[in-house]
Amino acid sequence: METKDIIKPENLVYGKSELLIDTIMHYCPGCTHGVVHKLIAEAIGEMGIQEKTIGIAPVGCSVFAYNYIDIDWQEAAHGRAPAVATGVVRLNPDKFVFTYQGDGDLASIGAAEIIHACNRGENMLVIFINNGIYGMTGGQMAPTTIENMVTSTTPCGRDSELNGYPLKMTDLVAQLPGTSYVTRQSAQTAAAVRKCKRALKKGIQNVLDKKGTSFVEVISTCNSGWKMTPVQANKWMEENMFPYYPLGDLKDSEKGEPVSKN
Amino acid sequence: MAKVKGAVVVDVEVCKGCDLCVQTCPEDVLALHREVNSRGYHYSFMKNPESCTGCTNCAVVCPDTCITVYRAKVRA
Ligand SMILES: Cc1ncc(C[n+]2csc(CCOP(=O)(O)OP(=O)(O)O)c2C)c(N)n1
Repeated sequence: METKDIIKPENLVYGKSELLIDTIMHYCPGCTHGVVHKLIAEAIGEMGIQEKTIGIAPVGCSVFAYNYIDIDWQEAAHGRAPAVATGVVRLNPDKFVFTYQGDGDLASIGAAEIIHACNRGENMLVIFINNGIYGMTGGQMAPTTIENMVTSTTPCGRDSELNGYPLKMTDLVAQLPGTSYVTRQSAQTAAAVRKCKRALKKGIQNVLDKKGTSFVEVISTCNSGWKMTPVQANKWMEENMFPYYPLGDLKDSEKGEPVSKN
Repeated sequence: MAKVKGAVVVDVEVCKGCDLCVQTCPEDVLALHREVNSRGYHYSFMKNPESCTGCTNCAVVCPDTCITVYRAKVRA
């Protein structure tokens, strides 16, 4: 069978989601933001909730997220997405509201907003892209930068004595009774991407079921900020970030349930 | 026995040549082209179309969603 005989509409097994707007993303080649945007579009499309979804875009490389996914969006000031989302979801309790935030946005300038939104158990999904640096502004150290990692502001590597310890936001919010589903995923292999999509769908379903805050962290790469090729960056992430940020579910419970001590 | 054969179509102008699909393909079907698109990227293409099984892994990892995958049953 010739290639041209296989390329027919009836044989289609994977195509671009209708929710992805036909425009070229501004992200660098190999950026994890693109993969996660695609998963959000696919998940929302497959769950049939395009009309009731409101996304809150952050400041950071993904500030233009609203240009790529065909849903309603609201842009928030740096770090304030959970506060804006709180207002949006309280006024529109039947909408599906999610924030999309980088690690500079969520763990640094927006640390207070995310902790309190999760503690209040606002009915929303938080998608947290942890690439270990401030990507947009030139690869500076973020709270999540791992020890000894070289960034433009830690040219000799992050020194915890001087810079503090890498912050595990996901572990922190898992301790709060307001969160119901807290998980850490990645998107560097086909299997990881498929798993990440299932986690996003589960988070969305929890919000639709009004279970409080769901939190999906995606350990990501910023290959241009890390000064690597996309393939090297994936390998570096697996070898250096996964030991500190182990993948898997940290919490899967009902809102308000006491947090187990183990 | 029925065999499956796949094929991919790369949106050449959208591809940024990140190489993730090439590395992901279990059958070594894809490669980056010697030529570049209008934005200067070496785009992905099927250098070895015979081996494609249509597993969709390349499209799943693509950050720019520029790969469409087709799969058909072939009767021997
Ligand atoms: C109030 C305010 N402070 C600082 C900045 C500068 N700034 C823009 S993006 C950014 C960091 C973004 O990093 P991250 O959230 O990790 O996202 P990434 O770009 O890595 O996806 C900073 C500090 C700003 N835009 N507004």
